[in-house]
Amino acid sequence: MTTKEFKLFNDMMKKSADAVPFVQILDENAKLVNKGLKSSLTDDELVALMKNLVWGRTVNERLILAGRQGRIGNLPPSEGQEASQLATLFAMKKTDFLFPTYRDVIPLISHGMPMKNAVLWYRGHVAANILPEGVHGLPAQVIIGSQYVQAAGLGMAYKRDGKDQVAMTYIGDGGSSQGDFYEGINFAGVFESQTVFIVQNNQYGISVPRDMQSKAPTLAQKAAAAGIPGIQVDGMDPLALYEVTKLAREYTMAGNGPVLIETLTYRFGPHTLSDDPTRYRTQEELDEWLEKDFMIRMRKHLGEKGIWNEEMEQEVINQTTEEMNEALDAADNEPKQKVSQLLRNVFEVPTPRIAKEIKMYELKEEN
Amino acid sequence: MAIKNMVQAINEALTQEMERDERILVFGEDVGTNGGVFRVTDGMSDKLGIDRVFDTPLAESGIMGMAMGLALGGYRPVPEIQFSGFTMEAIDGLLGQLARHRYRMGGTEGVPVTVRSTFGGGVGTPELHSDNLEGLFSQSPGIRIVIPSGPYDAKGLLTASIRNNDPVYFLEHLKLYRSIKEEVPEESYEIPLDKAHVVQEGTDITIVTYGAMVHESKKAIESLEKDGISIELIDLRTVAPFDIDTILASVKKTGRVVVVQEAQRLTGVGNQIMAEIAEGAMYELEASIGRVAAPDSHFPFGQAESVWLPNAKTIEEQVRNTMAE
Repeated sequence: MTTKEFKLFNDMMKKSADAVPFVQILDENAKLVNKGLKSSLTDDELVALMKNLVWGRTVNERLILAGRQGRIGNLPPSEGQEASQLATLFAMKKTDFLFPTYRDVIPLISHGMPMKNAVLWYRGHVAANILPEGVHGLPAQVIIGSQYVQAAGLGMAYKRDGKDQVAMTYIGDGGSSQGDFYEGINFAGVFESQTVFIVQNNQYGISVPRDMQSKAPTLAQKAAAAGIPGIQVDGMDPLALYEVTKLAREYTMAGNGPVLIETLTYRFGPHTLSDDPTRYRTQEELDEWLEKDFMIRMRKHLGEKGIWNEEMEQEVINQTTEEMNEALDAADNEPKQKVSQLLRNVFEVPTPRIAKEIKMYELKEEN
Repeated sequence: MAIKNMVQAINEALTQEMERDERILVFGEDVGTNGGVFRVTDGMSDKLGIDRVFDTPLAESGIMGMAMGLALGGYRPVPEIQFSGFTMEAIDGLLGQLARHRYRMGGTEGVPVTVRSTFGGGVGTPELHSDNLEGLFSQSPGIRIVIPSGPYDAKGLLTASIRNNDPVYFLEHLKLYRSIKEEVPEESYEIPLDKAHVVQEGTDITIVTYGAMVHESKKAIESLEKDGISIELIDLRTVAPFDIDTILASVKKTGRVVVVQEAQRLTGVGNQIMAEIAEGAMYELEASIGRVAAPDSHFPFGQAESVWLPNAKTIEEQVRNTMAE
């Protein structure tokens, strides 16, 4: 190969990694930059969104505290990602179906799961997973990837039935390396499912940095392989997150098939409370991201508009703290789960073998 | 009553169920226009619409996940995994998700998905086509594994599986597809799940088996009966969870038992059956529990299948040994 030929080939290869659109509306200095889109949120909606975000941050803080006090089991906190979770969800309808991961219990609460259930989930109690009538979602998925193929299937069911409903699902940057990630977006594309896929790129899959997950410059561009649109959005910009998700919902509802959204965010805390992030990332990096925190820019932006102040924020914090305390107490009062009941849940009608085991455990539980 | 093979019986069951309930969908690789790699779904997309009997991309995990999502949306999916070995690509979807769902949801909702797949030796398939994975999958709670031994059973068991509200892994033995022909009623009927079939009654010894080995056992029985040995033959039909009560009742009557499976000694459901018999009928046994199984290698390359697979001769030999104890 001549140098000229190689240069030509090299140029061709570079072109194969197409750039994806990047959307930012509110930058780190709380300036409206409108890179690609403008915010359509009214002042009332902005306040409602801000309340959600403060609520989410407080829930995280209270859960971490409860974790340290031993009042819940192991916790995967999502501090730093609340905008990525709650501003995207803010754009969806209550009847849309949410497939969360283990780090998305907070958006599941926002979608209708009682706080008490969340506490029970962290404690490992089956009652957590019994969602009240009208809450459209599944319990948090622990294995990574399954929810993507399932969301493709449910989005297809909605499309077949002509429903005004969308399947929406989260995954992390680590999860986007899973085979099911591709199978999910590919199936959804082929069957034009009413599905919105969100990759919350929080920069680490447990301890492994984003650039060790994939050579792809963006995770959004993985959509191209499935022939569906992919878009990257500033995950610390609630306005952009809302706008992109709202339009993605409209796009899929208009019969265009699914959309993949990558949110560029950061997990401030550890992977779980038993993880030590100082082993794999620097304080300097964390500090950089802390400066990008959506709370800073939202406080400033809404403050400048005169629609948000410290007292309002404190009121949400107080309410949320109370809500959490009530949920922890309510969870304390939840009857202990019984193995005999768990056995009843394996099949619709217990098999003869399980029926015998139920009797055995009922006796054990009496003693 | 018309004589049908298993392919026709399964096609009839699927068609009739889909005509009865419009929420049933059949999908998988090549099942639509092509009618399936073994023509099991032949003509169904013409009759029921290509939107209800349709092809998917070549990705088993995607098929399983889509089935789960459709079930969450109120459908009753009957996906096809072309060959059992390919199910390995979708184990999370099958065992991690479908089988777990009702339990996970505190018993409040199930996922009525019947996954059809093929398996079984004797037809010289390439690797990963014939693997007997029923034992491996039978160790998961929350899912039934159903294996018909002939056309009549296939139609009734598949109908019952589709109507069941829990997931079913329905395994069709490749060798039985066209080799066994039986009278199969035109009308729809169910054969109850979780119940074994006493194919013939006997007093001296019990053979417990399933799938193609039912037919090998029948051949062995023909020869053994000439020597005056009276054999009770049990076809499990549902291999997980299996019907231990029928097995124990028979073993207590005959006092001797041989468990026969095509799968390797390591896998299959034989181990579990033997353990249950040892627990439940030890003192009624007049001989040790006999076992017929394939050796503990991976499924053999086609040219070695005839030696690797258990057959009527191995069954006959084991029965004679057990009788002699």
